Amino acid sequence: MQRWPVLLFLAWVCFLFFAGIGLFMSGFLLTRIELASSSSCSDPFVPPSWERQSLPPGSCWAPQRFSKAVLVIIDALRFEFAHFNPAKASPRPYENKLSFLHHLVTSQPRHARLYRFRADPPTATMQRIKGLTTGSLPTFIDVGSNFATYAIQEDNLLAQLVQNGRRVIFMGDDTWEGLFPKKFFRSYFFPSFNVKDLHTVDDGILQHLYPTVDSGEWDMLIAHFLGVDHCGHKHGPDHAEMAKKLTQMNEMLRSLVEHLGNDTLLLVAGDHGMTETGDHGGDSEKEVNAALFVYSKTPLFGTGPPEEPEAVAQVNLVPTVALLLGVPIPYSNIGEVMAELFSGDGDAVSAALQQLLVYHINAKQVDRFLHSYSLVAQDLPAEQLQHLQDLFSGAMEEHAQLLAQVQRPTLVPPELESRLGSLIGRFQLYLREARAVCTQSWARFHPLRMVGGCTLIAASCLLCYMASELATASDSFYRSCLLYPLLWGLVVAVLLGLAHAFTQNGLDLLLVSSWAAAASQLGFFWHWWGWHPKRARLVGSQPPLASVSLRQRLQAWLQLAFPMGILLFRCGAMFSDSFVVAEARVAPFLLASLVMLLIGKLHWDGRLTVPEGPKQQLLGFSSYRREIWYLLCLVAMLLVCVRLSSFFHQCREEIPQCRPSLFLSPLASLRNTRAKNLFYLLCVALLAGLVCAVRSWLRHYGNLNSSDPLVLFVRWGFPLVVLCIACYWAVASSADDSLGKLQELVQVAVVAFPWAVYGLASVGLLLLLCNPMTVFAKDTRESAGSIVTPYLGVPSSEVDFLHVIPQIYKRMQESQKSCLERGGCKATVAAYGLGSVYSAALVIALTLLGFLLMLLHSERLSLAFLLLFLEAFVLLHIHTRARGLAGDAEPFSVPWYAVISWLLAASQFFYSTGHQPIFPAIHWNAAFVGFHLDHSTNLLPAVLVGANTFASHILFAGSQLPSAPALALCV
Amino acid sequence: MKEAEIRRLLAANLLCVFTIVLTAVVPAFFWDGFTILGTHLAWLCICSVCVSTLNIILHLVLKPNLTPKRSSFAHKISRFLKCCIYFFMSCILFHAIIVLYGAPLIESVTETFLFAVLLSTFTTLQCLCMLGPNIQAWIRVFSKNGAMSIWESSLQITTICSILGAWFGAFPIPLDWDRPWQV
Repeated sequence: MQRWPVLLFLAWVCFLFFAGIGLFMSGFLLTRIELASSSSCSDPFVPPSWERQSLPPGSCWAPQRFSKAVLVIIDALRFEFAHFNPAKASPRPYENKLSFLHHLVTSQPRHARLYRFRADPPTATMQRIKGLTTGSLPTFIDVGSNFATYAIQEDNLLAQLVQNGRRVIFMGDDTWEGLFPKKFFRSYFFPSFNVKDLHTVDDGILQHLYPTVDSGEWDMLIAHFLGVDHCGHKHGPDHAEMAKKLTQMNEMLRSLVEHLGNDTLLLVAGDHGMTETGDHGGDSEKEVNAALFVYSKTPLFGTGPPEEPEAVAQVNLVPTVALLLGVPIPYSNIGEVMAELFSGDGDAVSAALQQLLVYHINAKQVDRFLHSYSLVAQDLPAEQLQHLQDLFSGAMEEHAQLLAQVQRPTLVPPELESRLGSLIGRFQLYLREARAVCTQSWARFHPLRMVGGCTLIAASCLLCYMASELATASDSFYRSCLLYPLLWGLVVAVLLGLAHAFTQNGLDLLLVSSWAAAASQLGFFWHWWGWHPKRARLVGSQPPLASVSLRQRLQAWLQLAFPMGILLFRCGAMFSDSFVVAEARVAPFLLASLVMLLIGKLHWDGRLTVPEGPKQQLLGFSSYRREIWYLLCLVAMLLVCVRLSSFFHQCREEIPQCRPSLFLSPLASLRNTRAKNLFYLLCVALLAGLVCAVRSWLRHYGNLNSSDPLVLFVRWGFPLVVLCIACYWAVASSADDSLGKLQELVQVAVVAFPWAVYGLASVGLLLLLCNPMTVFAKDTRESAGSIVTPYLGVPSSEVDFLHVIPQIYKRMQESQKSCLERGGCKATVAAYGLGSVYSAALVIALTLLGFLLMLLHSERLSLAFLLLFLEAFVLLHIHTRARGLAGDAEPFSVPWYAVISWLLAASQFFYSTGHQPIFPAIHWNAAFVGFHLDHSTNLLPAVLVGANTFASHILFAGSQLPSAPALALCV
Repeated sequence: MKEAEIRRLLAANLLCVFTIVLTAVVPAFFWDGFTILGTHLAWLCICSVCVSTLNIILHLVLKPNLTPKRSSFAHKISRFLKCCIYFFMSCILFHAIIVLYGAPLIESVTETFLFAVLLSTFTTLQCLCMLGPNIQAWIRVFSKNGAMSIWESSLQITTICSILGAWFGAFPIPLDWDRPWQV
């Protein structure tokens, strides 16, 4: 087997998977770039000819209408909860409970109004809070400037208020604390973690709400009630508890209105709705349909309310509140002002002029945002941006003309009114289309791309399976199944590139590479299909043993059925929400089952019993072989490892009664000094134990005898790495204040020790790459002294191993032969560590990687890593024993059950190193191991966090799948 | 001869099934508020006790394995004690395996243990009745081509199916049982 075709083949398979995953991600993970700019009061948004001088003091951009505002957010307030229908004879528990809102709307139609408040998906509270304050459409991943903080980096309403000297008071959900650190004049946070607790947050708010309102020391007051949402999660909307909760909210609003002054605007809003089961997060009608209620003691609206409540987008609240309070609109806002709130008391023309002013400001702000966004990101389509630009400039021109005419009173009011109306219509059209364009690219999944990506990945898996079945084939296989598919892919890529070049479209690299991947896959399958019959004929030319081969085939198929069944079950479980949540427990269960089944099958086939003698057969008794007990001990150890590893699990928010493992928090967070010291000693002892185990293992197999640089590194470098890690842990977990003057030294040490580990580990890995051999050969022909035999051509990759071992053997053979020929063989050649030549290199690499990954995790997770190594070792042992017992002689073929148990162990330890496939569970701390809180690029922290997250996969699969049998050879 | 054996086997198995159904239904007449799900611990106890009694009675009545030589009273006693010890050990072993497979270690320990007892009555007790405390015979029965009589084949099938059933019983656990539509 040559080296280059194999490497090329692997690279090609990697490319296939990357293309598939990339295609899927581009359809599934909505991304958006956050802009760091923020609006300021001095931005030239007010037309110079337009009452610039008449802006009252304290107003920016537009005259302030209210000096104070109260924003009451009732989490998950669906529109149906707030809507009151007196005609309903038998209301359900959640209907007709907010009667006070209805009372206000009917008794004071120009003061109060109820809207349908359309939330944008994803309807999770944090994303909705971001949307409600920035006026943008937060996606699952907002690519921001700062790493590892949830704080909102974009310009937002609160930042604008604070910047303009307003006092903002907050009470309620503590999510806001993380989102807006240090923005509040005063704040009362209550924990939102426990979903089953209906009353803590609400009662806490009610305790502080009225005294704060009465004190008057505020400009904006935000109260975020969580009871309704928690009640939905616990009982669902159709429950008596919900009726109680909504009645409580009704009473709260009634007394709140009594406490309000005349210059205060009251907004009551739901951040999202809820489904019939009380959940939210998706984009179903019931989840996005929230309620918004506006009220003030001075008349707000020019006309009475419409028959059916109007629907407004959630982002529209941001520019409206900003301009009503006289602060600039946040920079990234794409919402549209709710114009009827600006009409005021005057006649129709002055109301229309007032609305025109706010629309004009809003349109200019949105245009500025779109312009700066299109400079940094290309995800908004260019032609649509051009269209929006045309709309905007058209409206601006007409606006300028109209203003000029308004200055000279040549227009009669009716004509002026109609022209004002049409201009407002044009501004509205512009704003709505701008929002639609943004929604389309930020808040829409692309099902076609997702399906395409899944198909590509599935086809790649099939391809890998076929390739693994054909791996031992000759060179013609590589030519037909590698070269031609690559050519197909290249041709398609070039054709697509040319097509793009001719049509002058922007070249989407991802799409081109996906098409190329698909084409090369098609090529592979096509050639495989054409090649398959040939091979079958070749096999068929041997004497046919039809009946036996059929039976054997059936048996082989049955052997394959169970591991593959487990694999398919795991894939199928991904389609069930419950099984995805419980995957942390599913993977170990399946692993244990697979291993137990292996033992059961060996027993069933009679491999575990001694071959029966005639006497025993007569009695019908059997007994176990002696070495069975060793195997059973190994299995028990594996089961214990699997069970123990479940003590390191992180929690998902879907399981409220779950408590995250104590081992996940860093040692620095421990209060008890004694416990801290004990844990620290335990972790360091573990590290030292690992090094001792590896060294004694290597010594046992004779791999520590030579004086190669690699062996020297194992002897001296490993303890040094452990020392550095131990020092880093000691420095990082020490209390900050206890060190006093040493503070600066500590700052240096926190950076220096991780860098020492990085450096040592990379030196070790480099040495390993250059010369992975740890064999020591001793030749005693010439003299009694030991001579290190130089090998013919130092191998530089593992592929060369196949050539090296025979060479060594040959050399030994030759020396023996020459010895014999000379007569009287006194000299011998001894080679140490030959049997474990593959394993030793892998063990060294694994240990080094293990050290690196342990450094990135919190200290006590090294226990989990120890379990990981132990379990992998035991798994390989079981595998070798089982193969020995089953009488399987071929050393380099790996049965499928071994591959799948390896895979299950990898995903089991993904969970057991404290990870979960959810964003809040990512260990962001890993980005700062060896760095102070600054990164110039996002690449390095991404690598560190990625290595942390996929530690188990790196250790198990990334480096080891091909080498698992090689390791198993020796252990 | 063989047909008569098959008939007896069928009768024994039907009786077993009938007992399990009865344990689910009958106690409700004597005890208000008895349901399988509501008072699961009681049901587990009743079920294991009834099934084990039935098994022992069936064993005494049908005598499927003909002991070739007569044994003394002391020998019988020691056999019985051995059987008890084996049964108890199998309960402990099953408990340990269930915990290793992911059952909680401390909370709901009674449930886990009763489940282990139930599993033992369906597997170990039957083996003890049929084969006696004779490990070599067990090993022989549970390997390929090891069953020598129709009773032993039946034993093979019931035991393996019991364990498989317990294994498949883990699959519905992750589903959302706290939702109202699932009772």
